Amino acid sequence: MSAPTIDFATFETLKETTGAEFALELVDTFLQEAPVMLADLRRAMAAGDAERFRRAAHSLKSNSNTFGALALAAMARELEIGGLPTAAAGGRSVDALDQEYSRVAAALTALRHA
Amino acid sequence: MRELRSGTARLLVVDDNKVNRLLLTRNLELQGHSVASAENGRVALEMLRREGFDLLLLDMEMPELDGFQVLEQLVNDRQLRDLPVIVTSSLEGVENVVRCIELGAEDYLSKPVNPVLLKARIGASLEKKRLRDQQKELMRRFATPEVEEDLETSGFSLGGKLVRASVMFSDIRGFTSLAESQPPEETIELLNTYYELMFDAISGHGGVVTLMMGDGLMSVFGAPVPVADHAESAVRAAQEMVELIGLFNVEREAAGKPPIKIGIGIASGEMVAGYTGTNKRATYTCIGDTVNLAARLEEHTKAAQRMILIDQATRSALSERVAVESLGAVPFRGKATAVEVFAVDPN
Repeated sequence: MSAPTIDFATFETLKETTGAEFALELVDTFLQEAPVMLADLRRAMAAGDAERFRRAAHSLKSNSNTFGALALAAMARELEIGGLPTAAAGGRSVDALDQEYSRVAAALTALRHA
Repeated sequence: MRELRSGTARLLVVDDNKVNRLLLTRNLELQGHSVASAENGRVALEMLRREGFDLLLLDMEMPELDGFQVLEQLVNDRQLRDLPVIVTSSLEGVENVVRCIELGAEDYLSKPVNPVLLKARIGASLEKKRLRDQQKELMRRFATPEVEEDLETSGFSLGGKLVRASVMFSDIRGFTSLAESQPPEETIELLNTYYELMFDAISGHGGVVTLMMGDGLMSVFGAPVPVADHAESAVRAAQEMVELIGLFNVEREAAGKPPIKIGIGIASGEMVAGYTGTNKRATYTCIGDTVNLAARLEEHTKAAQRMILIDQATRSALSERVAVESLGAVPFRGKATAVEVFAVDPN
């Protein structure tokens, strides 16, 4: 995985175009919403609901790109276009996604207090 | 930061994802627009039907009613089908973009949406909408709702198709001498009242005025929108026209002005109906023997001293309730054989 956890240029652009205060509020919203999306991804996988799985991955990808979380976006995109994985492979992918999200959340929280 | 421009508009953002919704709304507000948002297609359609919006920014992936379903509903909604839609999505696959455009979306922006690109696309979309609104306004003024509807549903193309319909010609008897005996302002005023009354009677019976020349009007019943009983509708319209002129004359006489008389000719049958002219200027009209006959019948009202004359085909299509009198066969210019002419009682 060569993509950075947070692409700072993207995040700076977001701050510049929308205003720093708004960008930080948006980070808060993402930090509230992303765990819901991750949980949704797991539930969809457990239920064998391919459409819901794809949609949850899609949302996560879309939001990750917004904040420059390019590695997370790339992983989510792979799940989006890859279809419903087998339980074992899917479990590994979503675990990896969770771990990357933890890094993103830590980085964004740090930026928030910077 | 806020950039106020003259081109501010009322926009609706639809996205089920909160981060996307907030971000897009923020970007649009910074561009000076007034923005409302909805979290799915169903809520969006409710808002669109309730309030007026200039443009819709639509996400594709949504629960309840997704973007494709919203586009489909908009296309089939007469009130909303002209609303410009910009799709904002991160859908994978070019076939999805194609599908959006085919369903009538004006533009497609990939998420995350670049604010500069967003501004340019919205500007272009709103400008196009302004031109379309202007065009529609012109259309309302110069075309009948039927022709407008026909243009909107089938699109504009020169050329005609064979239809069965009734054609009516009408004019004011002795209009030229009347116009010469009074100031031009009075003539214009007279014409305006006359047109208003005649248009009302004609369109009230499903007819479409296709030609206005001085005091003369040509109207069609049964095209472009089919009318089942077009002959009877035309005759009923003619009777109403005569009646309205009668009422108008009461007013004129009270004002010390001479009464006006009208003559009406109606013929029914096959004709070619369609748009003639050039791609820049065209008019909806009908062509054929039936049309010529209607014009001849209208001319003949003067000699026959009757207000409404119809041909055999119109006569045959009428119900018993309409009182008709045969005037025998009349030789017309351009007709090899004499034509059976009937007079309709004005009621």
